[in-house]
Amino acid sequence: MDIFIQQVVSGLATGGIYASVALALVMIYQATDVVNFAQGEMAMFATYICWSLLNAGLPYWVAFLSTLGIAFIGGVVIERVVIRPVENAPILSIVIVTLGLLVIFNSLAGWIWTYVQKPFPSPFPSSPFRAGEIILGAHDLGQINVTLFVLLCIYLFFRFTPLGLAMRAAAQNPVSSRLCGIRVGWMLALGWGLAAVFGAVAGMMVAPNLTLEPNLMGGVQIYAFAAATLGGFTSPGGAVLGGFIVGVVENLVGTYVSFIGTELKFTVALAMIIVVLLVKPSGLFGSTVVKRV
Amino acid sequence: MITSRLARTIGLLAVLALACALPFFLSNFRLFQFTQVYIYAIAILGLNMLTGYNGQFSLGHGAFYAIGAYTAAIMMDKWSIPYGWTIPAGGALCLVVGFLFGLPALRLEGLYLALATFSLALAVPQILKYFEHWTGGSQGIVLSKPKAPFGLRLNPDQWLYLLTLAVLVVLFWLGANLLRGRVGRAIVAIRDNHISAEAMGINASLYKSLVFGVSAAYTGVAGALSASVIAFVAPDSFNVFLSVTLLIGGVIGGLASISGAIFGAIFIQFVPNWAQDISKAAPWAIFGVFLIGFMYVMPFGIAGAVRLLWIRMTRPRVSQERPDPVASRARPTT
Amino acid sequence: MSALLEVQDLEAFYGRTKALHGVSFSMAAGGITTILGANGAGKTTTLRAISRMVRTVGSIRFEGQPLEARATEDVVQFGIAHAPEGRGTFVQLTVEENLKLGAWGRRERGDLAADFERVFGYFPVLRERRRQMAGTLSGGEQQMLCVARALMLRPRLLLLDEPSLGLAPMVVREIFRILRTVNQAGVTILLVEQNAALALDLADHVFLLETGRIVLEGPSDVLRRDDAIRRAYLGY
Repeated sequence: MDIFIQQVVSGLATGGIYASVALALVMIYQATDVVNFAQGEMAMFATYICWSLLNAGLPYWVAFLSTLGIAFIGGVVIERVVIRPVENAPILSIVIVTLGLLVIFNSLAGWIWTYVQKPFPSPFPSSPFRAGEIILGAHDLGQINVTLFVLLCIYLFFRFTPLGLAMRAAAQNPVSSRLCGIRVGWMLALGWGLAAVFGAVAGMMVAPNLTLEPNLMGGVQIYAFAAATLGGFTSPGGAVLGGFIVGVVENLVGTYVSFIGTELKFTVALAMIIVVLLVKPSGLFGSTVVKRV
Repeated sequence: MITSRLARTIGLLAVLALACALPFFLSNFRLFQFTQVYIYAIAILGLNMLTGYNGQFSLGHGAFYAIGAYTAAIMMDKWSIPYGWTIPAGGALCLVVGFLFGLPALRLEGLYLALATFSLALAVPQILKYFEHWTGGSQGIVLSKPKAPFGLRLNPDQWLYLLTLAVLVVLFWLGANLLRGRVGRAIVAIRDNHISAEAMGINASLYKSLVFGVSAAYTGVAGALSASVIAFVAPDSFNVFLSVTLLIGGVIGGLASISGAIFGAIFIQFVPNWAQDISKAAPWAIFGVFLIGFMYVMPFGIAGAVRLLWIRMTRPRVSQERPDPVASRARPTT
Repeated sequence: MSALLEVQDLEAFYGRTKALHGVSFSMAAGGITTILGANGAGKTTTLRAISRMVRTVGSIRFEGQPLEARATEDVVQFGIAHAPEGRGTFVQLTVEENLKLGAWGRRERGDLAADFERVFGYFPVLRERRRQMAGTLSGGEQQMLCVARALMLRPRLLLLDEPSLGLAPMVVREIFRILRTVNQAGVTILLVEQNAALALDLADHVFLLETGRIVLEGPSDVLRRDDAIRRAYLGY
């Protein structure tokens, strides 16, 4: 039983990472019908920036918050400068542009910081947290808290602030939004900025576990796809929940199903995607879009 | 009186003649590169049929390429079947597999089909490694390059080049007839307005599955050819990167276009090399810049840009809206 | 009386197709003007031209200020609210959120609560459905929401596109009654309608568009009384 709880907590921790990246993917998809294939690499790049700041001597949380700020600005700039020129092109052409960004970020990271694996610190104490017989990693718990905190802030932002409302409106109905005076282009850019922030949080939380190298987020991005598929690409809340579920399931399957070692764990994510797509493509919480003819 | 159709035919024949002459003044390595271009072109035409003409997004065509390649490899390695038979065999198997895959795929649209095919592509190397007994596991299967038949004085690279070129010409000719005729129009109608197409009597489900099958067959033939040309198959050559590369080739070349397949194949074969020439340190960053640059300048691909240029040159004063020649973005409207 | 809205030699384009061929008219503050015409005449295009949703050539002036170089998002700054064809409801947001968005473009925030009271006074059913998703409202209710959203801006000019489309006659009469009240409170209205009878009843001035050109204009009571004109152009 103790192992079960430990694995669930551990699964929730990684699930939080998947939830963050999935949320980023869904946010951009909802507003633009485009899946940003570069989301993971942008997150990795932001994590490297944090590493550089830490190397320069900044205290952890200062570096963390600065990185979030830099990631936000980076996301906004990328949308305005790179994506905007092709925003009216066919969807696949925009997808190619995000693939281009993917390889650029990956390659630049390797060029600037080399492919040597670097350790990345965790801000949480290394001594584990005990609750009776159960031993829980402090980093796992800290990770869950940070993820939940960020998600809560975002939820409150979208639900209760005028700007959040404007962003939701711009994503759902750009034409009517313009008639209300909302600058849809800038709302889109803000969306990319926020997505970049989620990615950066995910990257900085997962790096201590996996060590920092340019392919850090490759596996995470696939799990994030599984999470978004499970929860529904049209539902931000669903994507978040999907992330936590995928994290827990991945961990439990890895622990309890004997022939699934670390290699086939990956296959768990793929299997989940296929099953969801066969049974209910729009995911647990997504809504099927009804096309009017 | 030279009509544009006659001019086009003469142009194509001239290019074909040039292509046939290449083996006699290019090095083996260059020939090998061009052979690879032709193979990619066949694969991309397959993808184009499905994604460009029929609007079904596939991020997993590498899987069919792999099936074709391994079918050929296993036939040659385990059963000593001559390479010539492996090519149609690879195509036929992929036709069936593709059609069967197309059936459940009918329920998936756009993003969801892309995700399903993406997952398939990710799983391919693992599946290949799992069935070690047949596939030779991670080590792969080593083959030998076939010699030229009938005692022709060509080395294997030259022979394979000409063989691939011949297969390319046949498949492209068949494909063009298919796509420019009634079937092609039906396929495009399904892409543009699924419900209207059905209302006009087109059996959308049947066509969509058939297109999946034919598309897979083309890519399977390409894979089977590659087994002979490269003389080696291994699971890691058929990872998700291959599928993405084919898609990149398709979009850059120009979806919903036959010539686009060739442009795209040239791009994916040569541009990575040029990128490496430009920067040894971060060649993929340069490649990424190329990708983005191409999409800025030619969002409808090379073939799309050529077409637009042609329209602009031959009809300077157009009174209606500019036609959208290729796969358009379909947004649900409320 | 200086004109509130002045349009001069306006041409509008969808891609390379010209939809308006040199339309000129002006509107005084405080009145209700209606644009009538068959399908495809260019009525909606005229409103879209003012809202900068289509490419135009020619001059559009609001209170003397030129609009041609502005973007759609800027139009609300001038106090022009557009209730578009098809209603343009934010279907995944609540009624209240839809209304809040209507007030988004206002320069002076002012008292949102008072504005809510005002539009709920016009359309009590919206108060009942305040927290409901706008997509669950009926057609008539969504049309009311559309007008209400436009009114949240406290506009000087209200552009209304086919408010009667697809609605039951009783609902339409109710909406038109409220439009009269709104106009009396000081909002100038430019109304596009296919239902000529209703529009003529409400408006004081009329333009008739035919394939992108104004073929007839004048005070609505004059046009209503002229049998020949009515039969030839308005079909009844």
